[in-house]
Amino acid sequence: MKLNELTISEAIQGLHNKEFSVTELVSACLSAAEEKNKDLRAYLEIFPEALDEAKRADEMLKSKYGNIEISSGLPPLFGIPLALKDNILVGGRRCTAGSKILENYVASYDATVTKKIKSQGAIILGKTNLDEFAMGASTENSAFGPTKNPHDLSRVPGGSSGGSASAVAADLCLGALGSDTGGSIRQPSAFCGIVGLKPTYGAVSRHGLIAMASSLDQIGPMAKSVEDLGLLFDAIKGKDAFDATAVSIPDTKTEFNREDLKGIKIGVPKEYFAKGLDEGVEKVIRLALTKMEKAGAELVEIALPHTSYALAAYYIIVPSEVSANLARFDGIRYGYQHPADSLFETYSLSRKEALGPETKRRVMLGTYALSAGYYDAYYLKAQKVRRLIKEDFAKNFKKVDIIAGPTTPGPAFKIGEKTGDPLQMYLEDIYTVSLNLAGVPGLSLPAGTVLRDGQKLPIGLQLVAPWFEEEKLLNVAKITETLFK
Amino acid sequence: MSISKKEVEHIAELARIKLTETEKAKLAKELSAILGFVGQLNEVDTDAVLPEAGGTDLKNEMRPDAQIDRSLEQRQAEMLAAVPAKKGEWVKVKAVFE
Repeated sequence: MKLNELTISEAIQGLHNKEFSVTELVSACLSAAEEKNKDLRAYLEIFPEALDEAKRADEMLKSKYGNIEISSGLPPLFGIPLALKDNILVGGRRCTAGSKILENYVASYDATVTKKIKSQGAIILGKTNLDEFAMGASTENSAFGPTKNPHDLSRVPGGSSGGSASAVAADLCLGALGSDTGGSIRQPSAFCGIVGLKPTYGAVSRHGLIAMASSLDQIGPMAKSVEDLGLLFDAIKGKDAFDATAVSIPDTKTEFNREDLKGIKIGVPKEYFAKGLDEGVEKVIRLALTKMEKAGAELVEIALPHTSYALAAYYIIVPSEVSANLARFDGIRYGYQHPADSLFETYSLSRKEALGPETKRRVMLGTYALSAGYYDAYYLKAQKVRRLIKEDFAKNFKKVDIIAGPTTPGPAFKIGEKTGDPLQMYLEDIYTVSLNLAGVPGLSLPAGTVLRDGQKLPIGLQLVAPWFEEEKLLNVAKITETLFK
Repeated sequence: MSISKKEVEHIAELARIKLTETEKAKLAKELSAILGFVGQLNEVDTDAVLPEAGGTDLKNEMRPDAQIDRSLEQRQAEMLAAVPAKKGEWVKVKAVFE
């Protein structure tokens, strides 16, 4: 097996047993990236200094553990090659957010999550492609070209963390960080056949994440195994003085201590199996749920009555918050500036030239929804429906431990298939947006495949847990993962 | 819910984005369709419901009124490097008042 094909846990074991060096591990990923990135465009930028960092890591290991066993005192992510979505700041490095307006912007500080993984000695291989400002479900909205799905190069990897998903699925890194506002970690994970976790809102600091919708955004891990998700989540979670919305959670390691699913009640929302769900996907999910039942889980049919309104609430709240968060991209302090005669034109021409169509669409929509005379009818109304959606989850979590269903209504679609109609693209998020509105954590894991045009395409099962119960979620997911192998 | 070209122009002015004529026509159509879609929220009875702003249950998250981070000190040059128009250590802008 090539070193870049390992999971993070396997790589940690290999490094500790001195089976290979950090340099060999990082080289394997960099070679794979060099070979495949021109076809996939998973990475927007690969960091050449990653190899030097790897060599320094090996020197440190040699001087500290030269003739002795590597102790458990070494941080878990030491020497592990990871990729970061290009809306997470790495100090001294370009951060584009997939937009022309930040094409040459160099970050002046590390995001908190960047600081945390660096402090463990993880090696950042580069920045991955995304839909512009994280708005999209296919990575086709990137100003720098789309990313391809490694399972079928004519199809999208999903979005907006499509680059990260593609990089992990194609073994161009051992794991990655993405961000999720309406499904942007879970949906591409489902399309690319990997695992991805959107933590509870507040579990991970957003300091250094280029903001999209501040009451929904969360950074989260994307990897090849649930165990790896646990390692990455442990590394990035926790309170942060720089993010007033980050919550204090115990610093303890996620423990995997389940043998089976006995005692776990799984809520299956009837609304998730209505019109719009692809037949092939439904089959895969139903079979997956049956396997979970055989492993001891109790399936309970539940109702999430406001499910059908989640997308509408989302597409008012998010553009509204986006319109406020993107006002800073005005050509003054950073980013692209269009030459102009007046201050107003500096703003309007810079934004005209350098913001993409989906970004403009959402800024316009949000500006309208928040403008005088419309706030009550749209934003306020959406916030009220948001409370009802949150309450749907709270009520059901009194009866069940986990809620399960398909992550997406269909498999990865073809590049260009949904770009003609914005609403078509928005419908991709139908199962994922409610979690962001409510703040609950959710994970996607590969549950099977469907055959389309002779290609096997991965299908994701979404598992949802109550607020701050990532440990239970990850434990259930780890057992479930083995059921589908 | 139909958005007219005039309304699109007004929103574009508020959003500080200059639009081409083609973009105005396209956005009038697209925004109308999206607003039509989100209009379904009117089917939901929210008379007795308080708005949910999202986020966490944290309230009044305070910190000491003191500098807690020094990592950006003496790094003005780096931050100025990102500024499109500058004069010395100043960020240059067009006149705010005309």
